[in-house]
Amino acid sequence: MNEEALYKKKFPVTGGDFDKAGEVSTQIKAILKTTGIDNDIIRKVAIASFEAEMNVVIHAEEGKIEFILTTSSVIINVADKGPGIKDIDLAMQEGYSTASDDMREMGFGAGMGLPNIKKSADDFEIKSKVGKGTWVRITIHHEQK
Amino acid sequence: MSRWGKRTLKLSRIKELLGCEELSSSHSGDTEIESVMPSDMMSDVLAFAQPEALLITGLVNSQSVRTADFADAILIVYVRGKKPSEQTIELAKELNISVMATGMGMFEACGILYEGGLKGIC
Ligand SMILES: Nc1ncnc2c1ncn2[C@@H]1O[C@H](COP(=O)(O)OP(=O)(O)OP(=O)(O)O)[C@@H](O)[C@H]1O
Ligand SMILES: [Mg+2]
Repeated sequence: MNEEALYKKKFPVTGGDFDKAGEVSTQIKAILKTTGIDNDIIRKVAIASFEAEMNVVIHAEEGKIEFILTTSSVIINVADKGPGIKDIDLAMQEGYSTASDDMREMGFGAGMGLPNIKKSADDFEIKSKVGKGTWVRITIHHEQK
Repeated sequence: MSRWGKRTLKLSRIKELLGCEELSSSHSGDTEIESVMPSDMMSDVLAFAQPEALLITGLVNSQSVRTADFADAILIVYVRGKKPSEQTIELAKELNISVMATGMGMFEACGILYEGGLKGIC
């Protein structure tokens, strides 16, 4: 594909760091707000990015989020080091969650994160290796005004 | 009523009805709200996110503010007498979100907003 990357940025994410959790997605939203991309598209990106970011914070040890803006799409790549996911089909089901009670008390563990990402994305890929980590790629198309 | 067939409440009226303390006034009291997202689970809120809504929650961490922002909400009402930290209120101001706190529980607060004509999203 002859998609030209207009902008690229990588952000680190630390597992269990609830002081910072969500900051990366707030930054990504702020960048997109300067582009003239439609608000409904920006909301989809922000929601998908936040769910993927929180999954690293809640379920993994550390990770990286790469934000790429191309002429036609927004791409969010998330790679983490962590426990990985044994059964991805199961993890994708609405309501499935292994989050602890502590996480639930903080508002996480509804088992809606991955389904929300899938719903928001035009294209969504997820790969995982148990004991190694998880890799997620979210693509959302936009029309540059 | 702002638009035909749609019922709304002004922020000032919501504050009155729920006996709220105002913690961030990013939007004027005349700003109108039509729908409410009541939840203590952030992904549930994001599953049904509609812009310009009210997030009502008992969860006071910074992620509640970020979730409201990603959902493009205008107002957060914290129930059960809970209040976020100064830092979290500052974040809401930065993100242009109004914040109020009420001593009422979720059930009662939602009941009053429903009576007032608002509709629920999630
Ligand atoms: N990055 C990850 N590393 C390890 N496991 C993960 C990761 N992301 C998701 N999972 C697994 O998949 C399950 C479902 O994820 P999903 O995001 O849908 O729900 P959740 O994170 O448990 O709750 P919610 O997102 O609603 O707060 C998780 O409970 C967890 O077991
Ligand atoms: Mg999740």
